[in-house]
Amino acid sequence: MTFRKYLVLAGISLFATAGDSLLARGMKNLGGISLHHLSGLLLAILNPWIAAGILLLLAFFACYLSALSWADLTYVLPATSLGYVLVGLIAHFGFHEEISLTRWLGIALIAAGVGFVAAGPSVTPARQHQDAVAGSAQTVSQPGEVRP
Amino acid sequence: MSEIYAWAAIGLIVLASTTGDVLLAYSMKRVGDVGELLRRRGLLAVIGRVLKTPTFTAGVLAMAVAFYSLLFGLSWGNLSLVAPASAALTFVANAMAARIFLHERVGRRRWIATLLVACGVVLMAL
Repeated sequence: MTFRKYLVLAGISLFATAGDSLLARGMKNLGGISLHHLSGLLLAILNPWIAAGILLLLAFFACYLSALSWADLTYVLPATSLGYVLVGLIAHFGFHEEISLTRWLGIALIAAGVGFVAAGPSVTPARQHQDAVAGSAQTVSQPGEVRP
Repeated sequence: MSEIYAWAAIGLIVLASTTGDVLLAYSMKRVGDVGELLRRRGLLAVIGRVLKTPTFTAGVLAMAVAFYSLLFGLSWGNLSLVAPASAALTFVANAMAARIFLHERVGRRRWIATLLVACGVVLMAL
């Protein structure tokens, strides 16, 4: 793991957190969307909060794909959940929000989980992984293939 | 009634995003280390290679389903139910799926990390 790879992992946390916050803000503006007016979902993209959120989520996606190309899924997911911790810390120290004991406990658990996985190997050893990819080629690609 | 919609949305989010994550992880492992490819062949080659992987398209489709289910869920249910419930369940479902379909070595360390994060996400929402 190089410094650049850790930067990519940090980018995943930051962009996903900021993007989700903007999306949530935008959806609150729009209010409920009913099953009978599905066009409301398409129009949601025109809301500036949602548009900005989607831009940040695109940045997240680029970082995420990059990370998946050199690390295991089961490494990337826990390692990038620091975003939850960030939101809590920003809310407390930035906006002076009260944080309950259970939330602090949640923050501690997530931080512990991140530390736990980051201290271990980031990718399943190569030879075994090659076998695994070759072996799972049939199982994974068949149901996923989309034919027009 | 909206409670049922919210849980239906949560179920759909977990299913779709786990499918998407596994397909994307599989595709990117086939593409290879993007950082190295970028240095050797340039950005266009990377984008081209990623887009040419068929499982990538399927993964993005699954992610789109998950994304719109999330928008649905957020507009109906409480943010404090939909977001943490789907996030926590997705962590656990992904660990199982990665082990089964991607043959990743999910040892004790990764299981503990996954469960710690999933519990933490739920606690933060209480």
